[in-house]
This record gives sequence, C-alpha cells and structure tokens, in this order.
Amino acid sequence: MSLILLIEQVLNGLQFGIMLFLMAAGLTLIFGVMGLINLAHGSLYMIGAFCAAAVAGATGSFLLALIASLAGAAIAGALVELVVIRRLYDKDHLDQVLATFALILIFSEGTRWVFGSFPLFLDVPDFLSGPITLPGGIEYPLYRLTLIVVGLLVALGLYLLISRTRLGVQIRAGENDREMIAALGIDIAKLYTIVFALGAALAGLAGALVGAIQSVQVGMGEPVLILAFVVIVIGGIGSIKGALIGAILVGLTDTLGGIFLPEVMKLFFDPSTATSIGSSLASMAIYVLMAAVLILRPSGLFGARA
Amino acid sequence: MIRESYLNALTVLVLLAVPLWAVVADEPFTITLMTRAAIFAIAAIGLNIALGIGGLVSLGHAVFFGIGGYAMGILAHHAQTYTAVFEWPLLIEGTKSMPVIWLVAVVLSSLAALVIGILSLRTTGVYFIMITLAFGQMFFFFAISWAEYGGEDGLSIYVRNGFPGLNTLVPIEFYGLCLGVLLLVLVFAWRLSKSPFGLALNAARQAPVRVETVGLDPVRLKLVAFVISGAITGLAGAMFADLNRFVSPTMFSWQTSGEIMIFIILGGVGRLFGPVVGALVFVALEHWLGGLSDYWHIYLGLLLLLIVLFGRGGLIGMVSGRRAVHD
Repeated sequence: MSLILLIEQVLNGLQFGIMLFLMAAGLTLIFGVMGLINLAHGSLYMIGAFCAAAVAGATGSFLLALIASLAGAAIAGALVELVVIRRLYDKDHLDQVLATFALILIFSEGTRWVFGSFPLFLDVPDFLSGPITLPGGIEYPLYRLTLIVVGLLVALGLYLLISRTRLGVQIRAGENDREMIAALGIDIAKLYTIVFALGAALAGLAGALVGAIQSVQVGMGEPVLILAFVVIVIGGIGSIKGALIGAILVGLTDTLGGIFLPEVMKLFFDPSTATSIGSSLASMAIYVLMAAVLILRPSGLFGARA
Repeated sequence: MIRESYLNALTVLVLLAVPLWAVVADEPFTITLMTRAAIFAIAAIGLNIALGIGGLVSLGHAVFFGIGGYAMGILAHHAQTYTAVFEWPLLIEGTKSMPVIWLVAVVLSSLAALVIGILSLRTTGVYFIMITLAFGQMFFFFAISWAEYGGEDGLSIYVRNGFPGLNTLVPIEFYGLCLGVLLLVLVFAWRLSKSPFGLALNAARQAPVRVETVGLDPVRLKLVAFVISGAITGLAGAMFADLNRFVSPTMFSWQTSGEIMIFIILGGVGRLFGPVVGALVFVALEHWLGGLSDYWHIYLGLLLLLIVLFGRGGLIGMVSGRRAVHD
C-alpha cells in the first residue's frame, strides 16, 4: 500500500464526491426553496447523459455535448416543473414521493422506448484523454482531474450566484419566507421554475460528465440519486455548504472503504474471506457513516432545522 | 355511489371466486397471479400500518420484504444441500418447513425494523423518507456482495417448502394458504386500528404534541408500529420467495419499496382494504398492460400521477365517493 496509490485513491474519492455534489446541490436547493422532495432528480441526470451521448454521436464535439446536457436537462426540468411539480408544492411528502416516483417510471420507460435498452457510450475527448503527471511523479487520468476542477468551479459559481446576485438574494429569501417575497412583488412561480431548471441543469451536467467514464443507460440516475440523498442527510437539508462537505465525505468513504477495508480484514481472516467480508462492509460504509452522523446530529452537519 | 363496505365485500368475493373459477376452467396461471396479488397485499397491509395509521412514509420497506425472502432462501438452500446455516456457537440447520421459515422471517425483519426504526425515527418528514431509502440501498448492496448466497444472481430453491397438511405444490392449495394468511393479517390490522394502541398511533400522526401532553410517547408508538409493519412485510417476503422459489437482491431494491407503496396508493391510504384492492389492480395491470406493451411502466406512471394529482383517496375513495380517510 504505497503513498502513490493512496493519493490516487483520494483523488478518485474526491472526483466521485464532486460529481455527487452536483446532484446533491440541485436536490438541496429544490428542497430548501420549494420544500419538495424530488425523486425524479436521477431522471434528469439520465436525460443529461443521453442528450450528451446523442449530440456527441451526431457532431463528435464533446463541448457541444456538454452544452446539450445542460440545455436538455434544464428544459426537461422546466417542463416537468410547469406541468407536474408545481401542483405538488402544497401537497404532503407522500404525494410528492409518489408523483416523482411516477415521473421516474415515465422517464425511464420513455428513454428506453426512444433509445433502446442497450447502453450508449460517450467518449472522453482527445484533448482530455490520457494520463497527466502530477507533482511527485503521480500519473493520474487528465479527464478525472478535469472533473474535479470543473466541479469545484461549479461549486464556486453556485456560491457566487447565491451570495452575490439578485437571483441569489431571491433564492435565499424564498428559503426563509415565501409569502413575504411574493408580497414584495417577486414572481414566485417564475422563481420556482428557474430554481428547478437550475437544479436540473446541474444534474444533467453531472450525468454527462460521469457518462464519459461509465456507460450511458436507463436507470443510471437512481443509484446516484440515493447517494445524493445520503449526502444531503449528512450535510443537512437546504445547505449548499453541507452538500459539498457531505459529498466529499461520502465520495472518500466509499472509495477508500472499497480499497482499505479488505486490506484491514486481511489482518484477521484469510485472504479470500477477507476480500468478501471487506467488500461487503465497504458497500455499507457510507450508510454506517450516515447512521453515525444521525446519532450525533439528527439534522445533519450544517442543517438549520431539526 | 357504492358504499365502501360493499366494495370490501366485493374484493373478498373476487379473492374467493376468481381462483375457484380458475380451478374449474383449468387456468393455473390465473391462480399464480392471484397468489402474487394476495402476497403483495400482505406486504402492503404491513406498510399501511406504518404509513396509513402512523404517517411514516417509509421508502425502505423492501428491506423487510427482502429479509423475509432471504430467510426462506437461506434456510431452504441449506436444507436442500444438507449443510448447516451455523455450526458455531450452536448448530442451526436449514429447514423446508414453512411455519418455521415464517417465524424466522418475522423475527429477523422485526429486529431489522427495530434497529432501522430507532435510527430513522430520530428524524421526521423528508429526512425520514431519505433515510429509509438509504437503509434499503444498504441492504441491497449487501445482498449483491454476499457471494455465499448467490450475490447478484440470487438463490434458486428446487421444491416449494412444505406446510403441514397441505400439498403446497398444487397451486390452489398454496393460494388457499396465502389467502388464509391474508385474511388473518386483515383481521389483525382491523383489530389493531380499533385498539387503544391504534387510536393512540392515529393521534400521534395527527397531533404528536397533544399525544405527548396526555403522557404517551409518540416516537415510541411510531417505533412499535414500524416494527409490526416490518414484521408483516417480512412475512410476505418469505411467502413471495416461496411462490417464485427464487430470491435475489431485487427484493431489496428501492423499486420494490416503491411498488409496495404504489399498492397502497392505488387502493387508498389508511383504508383497511386499500392495499388489497391496490395489489389486485397492480397485478391485473402488470398482466394486461405488460402483455400489450413492453413499456407498460409508462402507463402505470401516468395512472399513478393522475391518482396522486386528482384522485385523493385512491380507487376505493373514487368509487365509494368517500374521499380521504383522514386529514
């Protein structure tokens, strides 16, 4: 277990965490502003990935594919908000869960209908493929490093958007008191559509970026969605900062757990038993982390509400 | 407008008459479909105790369904390979006896519900939904990585387990057994909802602060409901595995949790017969729409969306004209 391997794995965990953040940020924003639990967020991730794969297949341009993923997911998000989601804001959580579950069924089967059951592939562009040598002589895939940088830039952009712009002021006001900002003459329905489309665009971007290192297929969104829920529970609902820290914690725990738990088990068991016990434990590690955070802080690390 | 009690009687009539017709007409597949519906109904009655009376929106009930399934799978697997489940600290052997398997399924799923409930009930509302969903996923991935019991591929059991006095390999006899359990569970759920505990739980959903001021602990009430709920869904899981003679991690998947919830919504939340009607309608849709189109989930999704947006009270509510049972 060398230092280089450790650094590589930390970077992998960071990359995974940052992508989870893109999902979790949208979810937590939508919950914070509209009080809505959106199970269909994973479908928007999938839509982003499929838009990117389709455009990349047609044009061969990765940048156009990314733009398509942002636009496609944002448009799908805005449409869904206008047609279905806005009828759910004043309903209880059970109705929200069921309606968005119904949306998952419709989106997943609809995508399967249009694109078929076979996975699509989105290639890493030439200028981002291959390894890069980091200081200290570590070789690391350039594309994964790019994902980390892009994700951090998006996080910074989101922070600036929310803390420095007029829209950000409205979003923060919407989290605190929606009647008041409606009374101040802000079109709250339009604000909700914008926030939902923004969250959808982030999910779509994540789908496209991850789609290039995994395959693009129906059902790819839901495992990520559930991990994003774990992130939000750990970070605290409604907190973007909590989402970032929670996402990195979950990413690191999952990646490092998968590598080190089998090794640790080898101290106690023979190698084959150790590998199977270790990998079972590793698949549960983030949920144990979540349970631990819940015991210490039921409202998450940065959650305001209990 | 039909009164709800007539509708309930009609449901029981369907449960009795359709399989009898299938025996006469020699349609064993219809009996299997009815068995599937009866077992789904038991699972959903379990969830309905937590969801309908206790207001606990659990998106993780597949955990208990799966534990029941694996209890059957593991015990029967060891029985058919003549190996022991544990040799240490005490010898536990596999079994092919349904009552024993059911008991194990109920005990294990209650224990899991107790632990998950204690952790999850520290939170409420949307946190509770996300946490139960996450625990479901934890069990799902655990089952996938559990290579000893088939991992991702699951476990096949060659011969259906036995029940004293019945030949469970005959479809109508196994259906009769499942129907018997369903009716017992229905009576239990009905008695529970009218019992002091059920009334207190109902109050804990509507006004937790008031319940607390009269000296009852709402969290404890909800925890007990969650454990009972998990136990019933676990029992259904063991029966479902026996119906298919197969268990796989799919039983733990979040889609399974969603489907159990759909049964309740289709029929009507908090209604005694809601889960039964919902499960019957779901199995019928699955069969008819699934035959018409490979993409039948689109239609299921649309139907669900319409019921949630416009039809509070589920199908029973729409037909009987009595809208929501509560709230």
